[in-house]
Amino acid sequence: MNSDDKPSGRLIKAPENFLDPAGIRQVFAEAKSGRRDFMRKAFSAAAAAGAAAAAPAALATSNPVQAGEGDPNILTLPEHSKGLGQAVATEGYGKPSKYEANVQRRQSPGLTQTAQASVSFAPLQSLFGIVTPSGLHFERHHQGWWDIDPSKHRLMLNGSDATMLKKPMVFTMDELMRLPSVSRFHFIECGANTGMEWGNVAVPTVQYSHGMLSCSEFTGVPLRILLDLAGVDYKKARYVLAEGADGSSMTRTIPMEMVESGEVLVAYGQNGEMLRPEQGYPLRLVVPGVQGVSWVKYLRRIEVGDKPYATKDEAVHYIDLMPNGQHRQYSSIQECKSVVTTPSGGQVLLDKGFYNISGLAWSGRGRIKRVDVSVDGGRNWRSTRLEGAVLPKCLTRFNIDWVWDGKPALIQSRAMDETGYVQPSYKQLREVRSTRSIYHNNAVQTWLVQEDGEVKNVQLS
Amino acid sequence: MSSSPKLALIGMVGLCGAMLATAALAQSAKDMPNVGRAATPKEIAAWDIDVRPDFKGLPKGSGTVAKGQDVWEGKCAQCHGIFGESGEVFSPLVGGTTPEDIKSGHVARLNDRGFPGRTTLMKVATVSTLWDYINRAMPWTAPKSLSTDEVYSVTAFLLNLGGIVPENFELSDKNIAEVQQRMPNRNGMTLDHALWPGKGLTTAKAPDTRSVACMKDCQVEAKISSFLPEHARNAHGNLAEQNRAVGPQHGADTSKPSGTPVQRAADPAPAAKAPAAPMALLNKNSCTACHAVAGKLVGPSFQDIAKKHGERGDAIAYLSGKIRSGGVGVWGQIPMPAQTLSDADAASIAQWLKSGAPR
Repeated sequence: MNSDDKPSGRLIKAPENFLDPAGIRQVFAEAKSGRRDFMRKAFSAAAAAGAAAAAPAALATSNPVQAGEGDPNILTLPEHSKGLGQAVATEGYGKPSKYEANVQRRQSPGLTQTAQASVSFAPLQSLFGIVTPSGLHFERHHQGWWDIDPSKHRLMLNGSDATMLKKPMVFTMDELMRLPSVSRFHFIECGANTGMEWGNVAVPTVQYSHGMLSCSEFTGVPLRILLDLAGVDYKKARYVLAEGADGSSMTRTIPMEMVESGEVLVAYGQNGEMLRPEQGYPLRLVVPGVQGVSWVKYLRRIEVGDKPYATKDEAVHYIDLMPNGQHRQYSSIQECKSVVTTPSGGQVLLDKGFYNISGLAWSGRGRIKRVDVSVDGGRNWRSTRLEGAVLPKCLTRFNIDWVWDGKPALIQSRAMDETGYVQPSYKQLREVRSTRSIYHNNAVQTWLVQEDGEVKNVQLS
Repeated sequence: MSSSPKLALIGMVGLCGAMLATAALAQSAKDMPNVGRAATPKEIAAWDIDVRPDFKGLPKGSGTVAKGQDVWEGKCAQCHGIFGESGEVFSPLVGGTTPEDIKSGHVARLNDRGFPGRTTLMKVATVSTLWDYINRAMPWTAPKSLSTDEVYSVTAFLLNLGGIVPENFELSDKNIAEVQQRMPNRNGMTLDHALWPGKGLTTAKAPDTRSVACMKDCQVEAKISSFLPEHARNAHGNLAEQNRAVGPQHGADTSKPSGTPVQRAADPAPAAKAPAAPMALLNKNSCTACHAVAGKLVGPSFQDIAKKHGERGDAIAYLSGKIRSGGVGVWGQIPMPAQTLSDADAASIAQWLKSGAPR
């Protein structure tokens, strides 16, 4: 069965390859009606018929072995056990394994008409832990991305008028990188994440439903230090405008309270290296807990002032339509939210038995306190294990044991943060905000595990 | 943190903040000499372009609706439509507002669930926002290229399309505050939410949902009310190729009907192909802002262009000429502006078009 010229070391093919065309048609037809037992019978029949090939001992398992023999991946030593591997520094900057090529950020078809004012989603279904590999970080550009020469990049600080600070200033990257730095892990989530799902299910996988979410260790200078250097009058200047250097010169209003707290960073580092161009190389603002649009990329200017700015992205977009026709303006915090990433929509469970349900939780108001998981659509819940460090305004990975009995299951997660706020259901959220607000959808996500093992995105009512 | 959840909710920004601040800001600015320098007035003038709702930052100037129409037709209509109504490339700018809205300052259609879209003029409360964004970011492929008076005139034209100012209007720094009083949705914003991470811009005391973490025999909504229809199964591409080939679950093969047995054997998926050579060129020159390989955007698709002109004997000369000069009339009334790319780049794009514009 392994007679083709593919490299050895791969898994043996699944039993369905023993089916003849008629058998395949039959399985398709029956599988459509969800009759898992029938599928198994079909496999057995086919395996018995194809007697020349040894019948698989375990049919519905992800670890098949031929009776009396053994796994050819064990019995026949692979090339990599018997040969010489590649040299050091074959790749000056290492890449993921070629077998990981499916793990890509992707656009949602039809969401935007141009690729420059658009978004790509991070593949949450394939990620572990809390850190998003920099090359898989979600992207949101308003006018395309650039790779800017850092030796020519400048950061300017000024006031809405001369009384807001003692000295308007200009910094080079060299100078910014001389200042005291901090490194902190924070999540960044687009305000429109899960926005397509306000009214109904619209996308198949967690990549598209929740993938405008990433988490990195950011390194930079607290903005407070720069404002102190410029002698900002904190009594007068209660708002900060951040402005990008790209075509759209994105602007957003930040409250001075957050800057004073020391948590807003002028960041150049991401996961131990410089920011990626798609994330604002060489300089971006980090505004922990606040929606991504405020984390201005290619940061060129900070203005301090006594009034908010009503910029395009806080007066036309990133405003939340309420049922009474009013828009919420300056809505910025990403409230407590969680999602199960494994298993999740578009995946198939290979067999009954033990699984480790795992997912991500986060809150723009601080630390995650607890995450509960239900497998019966919210009737009964169990509290999960929180993996590793639980940091403020950062992704927290949770997991919990589950034995799947092969019956349909409705998997949900529900997070609680240190303020006591509990992630709402769709019903609770819609009662207050209806379905047209686009932004800040933090409802509990439901995944349906069908009897055939396929996982679907569903909403309950 | 605080033992009282209510106190914690109200004070959490300040509390978390204070803790971080002590650690991060041990050193004072006095101890950091010779880092950064004073900005010159000329530098500040070059970059400080923002305009606030109270018009702080607005440069002096003026522009008429008529002048704005000229600028619009040359630089804006290709994306936004002749009347700002087009949703082909971006969300429509104009439509959905009425003279009654101008009186009330509330756009009534925002309450009409049957009304299909929400245009910019239905949402925006502040005229400064329009001026500021046109000035900093438009036209989309050549931001910051409009003169101050052109920004005034385009803003005037846009306001005229929405019936906010008359056809003979001249917008200026002197009268823009009066125009603000006619913005259809000027009273349409609320701060009644707990999502502002500071003190100034919120009137709510607590978050708007109050979920409780019930653990056992909870009330449930156990009916599945929404799911993707079978015909949308493969609409996001084959999900088998969007999941790792090993793991507790594999991707469903959505190129086949629901219920098809999952492929367990893991052949390495082919690496994502690099885009064909001209895509870099097309992106670099912003061609893709208006043209797609297949399917009409603002302009015709590359494949349609290839079909129409690829066969002609002078295809390369004709197409590279057209790319550089722009034009109007061959494909409709939306003009294509002249493009500043090199002869060589234009020729290689033309060569690709002549070959049928393959992906």
